[in-house]
Amino acid sequence: MSKGFKMITTLANIDQHLLPILEQVSDPEIPVLSVLDLGVIREAVEVDGVIKVKLTPTYSGCPAMDVIGDDLQAAFKPLGKTVEVDLILSPAWSTDWISEAGLQKMEAYGIARPLSETADKDVLLNNAKKVVCPQCKSTNTHLVSQFGSTACKALFKCDDCQEPFDYFKCLK
Amino acid sequence: MKNQNLYNYIISIADNSLILAQRLGELCGHGPTLETDIAGTNISLDLIGQTRNYYQYAAKIQGEGKTEDDLAFLRLEREYKNVLLVEQPNDHFGYVMGRQYLFDVFHLLFMTEMLNSKDETLAAIAKKGIKEVSYHKRFSGDWIKRLGDGTEESNAKMQEAIDDLWVYTDELFDITEADAAMISEGIGVDTSKFKELYYTEILALLTEANLTIPESKYFTRGGKKGIHSEHMGYILSDLQYMQRTYPNMEW
Repeated sequence: MSKGFKMITTLANIDQHLLPILEQVSDPEIPVLSVLDLGVIREAVEVDGVIKVKLTPTYSGCPAMDVIGDDLQAAFKPLGKTVEVDLILSPAWSTDWISEAGLQKMEAYGIARPLSETADKDVLLNNAKKVVCPQCKSTNTHLVSQFGSTACKALFKCDDCQEPFDYFKCLK
Repeated sequence: MKNQNLYNYIISIADNSLILAQRLGELCGHGPTLETDIAGTNISLDLIGQTRNYYQYAAKIQGEGKTEDDLAFLRLEREYKNVLLVEQPNDHFGYVMGRQYLFDVFHLLFMTEMLNSKDETLAAIAKKGIKEVSYHKRFSGDWIKRLGDGTEESNAKMQEAIDDLWVYTDELFDITEADAAMISEGIGVDTSKFKELYYTEILALLTEANLTIPESKYFTRGGKKGIHSEHMGYILSDLQYMQRTYPNMEW
């Protein structure tokens, strides 16, 4: 995945002057990631003082989406601007839309980054040891639970440093 | 309503997801292990998310200014059109996984077909949901294998659940008037296309899990027409309690 593609699918449709404010709105479940890092803002334009945002959910039932909508309102309120959020389902969100900076912040926060689609299947179906422990960087890790603390994650444990950790599942 | 058939069609698909999600939600804090507890609620959450997408769309088509919440909480029992399978109780974990698997196989085949719907919203919901549903099937299928191919007791309990739930599978493929109208317009999913595939896939997994398919050819039905089993009233009294007691309450 080249960075060029990411630019086309996300940032190109966002008015440049809105970026500094959007950068401050974070994912309530993973607070180190901004909504821009996460790639859920598909479009953000200002029309006659109203900020029109197209937001795409990570998972259908992700409760963070309602909170993000409220947080966007709150972020633009001091500027006297209202936000209209439109939830769009297609094209469906993919973990490829998380920016490289976002992936690095995620790892520093203790969540292993999504592997490629094939490696992801190998890990979740065949118990392959490929997920990198965010603490000690070992790949001597195993799946504890297919479902984790949020819809987007699975629970893993590192067999070297013995720490449990979340793995952000690949979604394409 | 101009699009009565489309509205009825969406409601029927949505209700399957809502009622199954409610059943799984009952397990929150009661799962046999922490991992299965989290799995149940995660699957429930995915299904509720899909339900919200369907209901929001149905409310828009209805055009009476109602919301997704009105559709979820304020209809009468006969107005829910989910299949009988999803309202069956949680009895024991074998039932929970059996019900889930028998629905997941259908759900994934259904969503795969719905990708080609001429209705853009339904196709988009399928595109989003299909990834979630395939993950659900992987989970429930694994448990069927583990329990069926486990101890004598787990095998017996899993077989008991399959035997009891089997009578509800044929209804998944019933085609109502609304279904037929939507299929002819290229919007609805023609479930007869994959009925054989459904039973073949299930037979293969059950065989692998040392389980058998009941010989009886008797099947029961009714949910798709709004005629539910005795369990439905209890589900709805739980589900609707807050809105019935404190109308228009919000969190």
